[in-house]
Amino acid sequence: MATIAMTSPATDEVRQPSQIILLLRYLRRNKSLGIGLTVLLLLVAFTVIGLLVVDPKHAYPLSAPSKRPPSLQYWFGTDFFGRDMLSAMAVGMWQTAVIGLLAGGIGTMIGVFFGFVSAYFGGWIDTVVKSVCQILTPIPVLLIQVVVASSLDKRDVTILTMALIVVMLAWMGPTLVIRSQVLTMKERQFVSVAKLSGVGDLGIIFKEILPNLLPFIAAAFVGQVFAAVFASFYLAVLGLGPLREPLLGNIIWAAQGQGAFFNGWWWWPIEPAVAMILILGSLALVIMGLDELANPRVRRTE
Amino acid sequence: MGTFKLVVKRLLFLIFVIWSASTITFLIPRFSSRNAIRERFAELARNGGFAPDDLEKIVAAMQTQFGLDRPLWEQYLSYVGSVMHLDFGYSLKSYPSTVTDLIAQSLPWTIGLLIVTTILSFIIGNLLGAIAAWPKAPRWMRMVATPFVLLTGVPPVLMGVLLLFFVGFRLKLLPLGGAYSIGVVPNWSWGFAVDMALHQVLPALALILGSVGGWVLSMRGMGVTIQGEDYVNFAEHKGLGGVSIFRDYYLRNAMLPQVTGFALALGTLVTSAIVVEGIFGLPGIGTVLQNAIRSNDFPVIYGIVLFITITVATLMVAMEFVYPLLDPRIRQQ
Repeated sequence: MATIAMTSPATDEVRQPSQIILLLRYLRRNKSLGIGLTVLLLLVAFTVIGLLVVDPKHAYPLSAPSKRPPSLQYWFGTDFFGRDMLSAMAVGMWQTAVIGLLAGGIGTMIGVFFGFVSAYFGGWIDTVVKSVCQILTPIPVLLIQVVVASSLDKRDVTILTMALIVVMLAWMGPTLVIRSQVLTMKERQFVSVAKLSGVGDLGIIFKEILPNLLPFIAAAFVGQVFAAVFASFYLAVLGLGPLREPLLGNIIWAAQGQGAFFNGWWWWPIEPAVAMILILGSLALVIMGLDELANPRVRRTE
Repeated sequence: MGTFKLVVKRLLFLIFVIWSASTITFLIPRFSSRNAIRERFAELARNGGFAPDDLEKIVAAMQTQFGLDRPLWEQYLSYVGSVMHLDFGYSLKSYPSTVTDLIAQSLPWTIGLLIVTTILSFIIGNLLGAIAAWPKAPRWMRMVATPFVLLTGVPPVLMGVLLLFFVGFRLKLLPLGGAYSIGVVPNWSWGFAVDMALHQVLPALALILGSVGGWVLSMRGMGVTIQGEDYVNFAEHKGLGGVSIFRDYYLRNAMLPQVTGFALALGTLVTSAIVVEGIFGLPGIGTVLQNAIRSNDFPVIYGIVLFITITVATLMVAMEFVYPLLDPRIRQQ
């Protein structure tokens, strides 16, 4: 027996690859997560480097000569109001990220809280949460946001209030997802075992259920960021954004208002549009990838 | 008796949704610090209409006329009452015309655009999705769906901007916006009809390209699950041809969930259509809404929002009554 063990030295040479290699290998299998994260990282790099290099003041009107096409001096050109589009894009993407992360974070927290409370305790709380979600479902959320945003004083519309308007009606998604997950999970055996061994409600929620929900919460968070970016973009395109800020939707709204394509200033609306497509596209890919990570049953259906 | 009870239940739900929506659009402006009438007349005063002293009198008179000096509950009751028969009050900008007039003028444009794009994208998306999930389909047929899936995350507005740039601006194939060419007077000739149709192509394309991918994805997922089912295996062993399995087993079973998805997507479809209309300057409801936002015409904003909400909620409930027609299993219960 001993000799056999001696003659297989190959086992010593098999090393566990490092964590990073494993992660990269996983990303190669889960293509949508890999591509999505790569594009997101490139966008973050553009924004960070852009904010460090350019003068954010040039993102505001009357800071540059107007209507210059892209050139060596102004890489992205300048717009009708005399904004340097390169600075405007860097600042606008930063603001989009702030709205997305803020609204996504708050929305997910509210959703996780309501989902948990409603599913775990059941009873009248569950009925109330469920019926509010049911009533709000047929109402196009964006339109209610239009009402709120247009009722605000123009001076009160800032990046922060945009995020709050978006979050106000965007917590239903995570609530329903987390609720359904908790409903199935609280019937599982490990929860019953914990209950029988005398663990309290809080202990079960934080030690037993929450760790198992983390992938779903992560997916819900990215979903909320996507929804928040989308909603704030629509509001801004309708002319309800903070008009002074170079938010991506605002730029498109202003460009259409000045008839940019009719006048040949093509770079003005096209740049924010491409940036927005990259942002939303990469977020959508990350959501699809996280779905596969969180729900192994849908893995490899193709 | 069972169906009757269900119908009544859904109708009560619909009334409840409409009531909630009208309460929201009633309450939010009341919390706001903005006074629509004062803003409008202050603007007129700035343009040199009358002395500032008269402004206060005019505003007070207008408040009485619009009933804004009455107690809140009285305003609320009359508001809900008028919403019930689709009366949303007067526009501030184009005063003598009511919000309902403005909606009625622009509605045909929006409905036309929506019906054409929705039906086309629903059919194209479902067919492509079913083909993508069908193992016997030729390889090139399955590849067709891929570009549409990649476009899923792109909102139709951005699709519109890209189409304007590539097709309208670079290739100069189609017009850059508007409902018809500038300088043309609307008339009943073929030339005008063609001109108008050409102006509708890009907005329609933007909406279709933006929404086909979603149908492809959900239909493909459904097709994949149906593949493993015993009844499909049985049909194959029975020797049924590919076309009949595809039509009677795949499409038939996937239809009900897709129609449910369709009902849920209605709100998104309408909001994208509104924003796309604004980008292309079509004279539909979206453009009316954008102009109202630009000129702070509050009754028009709230009226359009409420009108669309009521329409979407009604359509969603109506869709539920279609299910029994599509699925015999529901009819049985």
